[in-house]
Amino acid sequence: MSDPILKLDGVFTNIAQYHILQGVELTVPRGEVTMLLGRNGVGKTTTLRTIIGHWRAHQGSVTFDGQNITKLPTPAIARAGIGFVPEDMGIFADLTVEENMILAAVSGAIDDARLQWLFTVFPALETFWKKDAGTLSGGQKQMLSIARAMIEERALYLIDEPTKGLAPAIITTMARAIKELKDQGASILLVEQNFAVAKALGDTANVMDDGRVVWSGPMSELATNADLQERLMGLSMEAH
Amino acid sequence: MLKTLVSGDTPRSPILLAILIVILICLAFAPFLFPGVRSVDTAARICIFIVLVASYDLLLGYGGIVSFAHTMFFGLGAYGVALASTDMGRGFDALLVGSVAGAGLAALLALVIGLFSLRVRAIFFAMITLAVASAVAVLVSQLSTLTGGEDGLSFKIPRALGPAFKFMDGELFGVKANGKLLKYYLVFISCFVLFLLMLRVVNSPFGRVLQAIRENDFRAEAIGYRVVHYRVAATCLSAAIAALAGALYAVWLRYVGPDTTLSMEIMIDILLMVVIGGMGTMYGAVIGATLFVLAQNYLQNVLSLAGESVATLPLLPDLLNADRWLLWLGVLFILSVYFFPTGIVGRLRGK
Amino acid sequence: MSAAPEHAPTMAKMSLTERLAPHAPILLVIALILAGLVAIPATSSWLTLTVSGLAMGMMIFIMASGLTLVFGLMDVINFGHGAFVSVGAFVGVSFLLLLEHMTGAPNLLWNLTALMVAIVGAMAATGVMGWAFERVIVKPVYGHHLKQILVTMGGLIVVEQLIIVLWGPEEIYITRPEALKGAITFAGAALEKYRLVAVGIGLVVFLAMRWTLRRTKIGLIVRAGVENGEMVQALGYNLRMVFIGVFVAGSALAGLGGVLWGLYQEVITAHMGNQTMILVFIVVIIGGLGSVEGCFIGALMVGLMQNYVAFLEPKAALISNIALMVAILMWRPTGMIPVVKAK
Repeated sequence: MSDPILKLDGVFTNIAQYHILQGVELTVPRGEVTMLLGRNGVGKTTTLRTIIGHWRAHQGSVTFDGQNITKLPTPAIARAGIGFVPEDMGIFADLTVEENMILAAVSGAIDDARLQWLFTVFPALETFWKKDAGTLSGGQKQMLSIARAMIEERALYLIDEPTKGLAPAIITTMARAIKELKDQGASILLVEQNFAVAKALGDTANVMDDGRVVWSGPMSELATNADLQERLMGLSMEAH
Repeated sequence: MLKTLVSGDTPRSPILLAILIVILICLAFAPFLFPGVRSVDTAARICIFIVLVASYDLLLGYGGIVSFAHTMFFGLGAYGVALASTDMGRGFDALLVGSVAGAGLAALLALVIGLFSLRVRAIFFAMITLAVASAVAVLVSQLSTLTGGEDGLSFKIPRALGPAFKFMDGELFGVKANGKLLKYYLVFISCFVLFLLMLRVVNSPFGRVLQAIRENDFRAEAIGYRVVHYRVAATCLSAAIAALAGALYAVWLRYVGPDTTLSMEIMIDILLMVVIGGMGTMYGAVIGATLFVLAQNYLQNVLSLAGESVATLPLLPDLLNADRWLLWLGVLFILSVYFFPTGIVGRLRGK
Repeated sequence: MSAAPEHAPTMAKMSLTERLAPHAPILLVIALILAGLVAIPATSSWLTLTVSGLAMGMMIFIMASGLTLVFGLMDVINFGHGAFVSVGAFVGVSFLLLLEHMTGAPNLLWNLTALMVAIVGAMAATGVMGWAFERVIVKPVYGHHLKQILVTMGGLIVVEQLIIVLWGPEEIYITRPEALKGAITFAGAALEKYRLVAVGIGLVVFLAMRWTLRRTKIGLIVRAGVENGEMVQALGYNLRMVFIGVFVAGSALAGLGGVLWGLYQEVITAHMGNQTMILVFIVVIIGGLGSVEGCFIGALMVGLMQNYVAFLEPKAALISNIALMVAILMWRPTGMIPVVKAK
């Protein structure tokens, strides 16, 4: 297979005096959904924020599509071809759904065909097109957040817990959207706490603990090995 | 013993210690060392500004709060003494009532402003104090029947503090033993006590919490300190001490007016003194106030000499005009904030 | 898994108060105008005062808008903003004095042309100065409020002193262009021509700003950036460049405000900018830091309040605005139109 779309080499990130990431090694193969799993507070979100440049790696390197992006400013990283869906969704509540989408189309006007496709994936977007994004429900905000990342084609999408706190029906919609994105050939790095979703979507899995990736391998292997899950993530059977 | 006096907060630098001792000796014996009217006046001003600037440092350097109302509190004390002395007639009781009332009112006003603005965002405080202080300054100059307006108020202080009063016959080390000498020592001792008191406050548990809040207010809140309470308390204390300094200033000048106590220029002077001396050190107030008042009185002559020497060049004479010394202070101020935010004291301590 | 059911939330009918709540600020302005009508005995005086209140409000808005946006976008508080007002006034007035033959002639077109030249000159000068100010004074202290306040205050001192070096320490008296002198009479009320012009310019600026913020992409970036700058960057926009642009535009507007204010007062001093800052700060606080609409409404309220109260009880004018600020902060502690911050 070709070289990976994204590679993290020995990344250390400090936030104030706290050492959050302590040597992250991570590879995201092209055209796959790569899961980033682990307990709360082990550094998953910080890893994504380090990739997009919100936090800075103090040591180590981030390579995207053969280019070292470790020191690039955030806008340059985004324009290199990375879409970002943050944990808090980062929607602009004062702007309408439409304005949120216009902003997301960084390179110019919205591509109409792609918008129509997004409307089929997330029908709610079309319904609330002229509404202030702040008035949307939690699930609708999450859809907007993902749709915003998807409105332009990106080589890599970083998606942080898209199903957090959502109703099962909306989780299904999210999972379908991510699947469609993958079918278009995009690569996805996905942080997910919902193991069922991870099992359904993931190709490869990386489990983090204490600021490091402690296990990586095929998602199927992790999904079928209860001992491994228990050891790495403290998962009990109820979580399935 | 000495260590207890300064609350364990020693200068921690031999040069700083030497400078402070020199300043202390000069101020303590000013009427004998520099017996001119102007130099004693300068010494008294230095004493009062040390207290005023230190009380501002309590807020800015220790609390991390920027206020533009410090002259307002200063003025409250000054006008308190002036109004009390006018209404009650000359006497120490009037001075006492005036200063206590001024300090109390200052603390109360600080409480109200603090509760209003610090509750929401610390940054509101700077803007609100600027607005309120300007409004009060305008009001004071408008209410001329009460405050004397732009002209201010001249009033009589107790006879015991006047030049006509002799507390012993003849001279004391070559200086007339009159009420003027007593007045100087009233100012000096009051300022000395107030300064030691502030040194005690910033080195108390209260002062340490205040500094913890300045470093990281979220964390202080998380540990369980009521950040707003501490900040408001610091504001009130600082306001009350500023008012007392104002009261002393009024006594010293036997006059109070908007220009001497309330003006924005004095507020800017205070800012310059605290930043150049060193924020959050208390001793910075001593260095800053001393340097500044001396410069204000004597350095302008040097500048005008420099201005004359380049009189033939274009623009330069204007830039070096003695009236433009604020320009150079402004530049110095900006550079200090960037390059040595701990001021002269911080530099001397090698930080 | 079953297919997702259609997501169809319903909205309960809102009560009248709930529906009015979002419009409460603008209703307050109307209420204030009506209160003025009740309190002021003669309707003609009321009309005169309302027009001067609106004129004053518009000028304060022009000066304050840049300050509030700069704060909203980068969390930068510029205590030196008044410097741009002063510089704008001095540059503008210098142009007007140069063009005396145009301002002195009783010809409206010539007068307005001269005014336009002065305004463009002042805005260009303060715009360039804003750029330099951002680079030299503000940039090194990003993310540090305390230092920002101190350093920008220092910048203000330096600029004020430089004005004195360049234009001399004396205040400069100016007369308005010939055709803008005097008043017109409308419904028995004398309305100063210049104030009407100021209202007109203020409205144009407000509408242009509103249009830019709502209808252009750069406006969307600014609005989104006020709310969540980090996300705007993650979408691929260089917010720093946008910020510099806003800073320059805000400085230029302050310069425009300075020209208008100088002609309104008919006298300019180096300290005039800092004096107007008192009202400007009240306006941005009651409007809600970062909100242009709030700033506009707040400015109108402050302008009206100042004029009504000055008529009824001259000494209470400035205090009344402090009281207004206190009242509004008691009602909404973060201002009338608080800006949603994602962080």
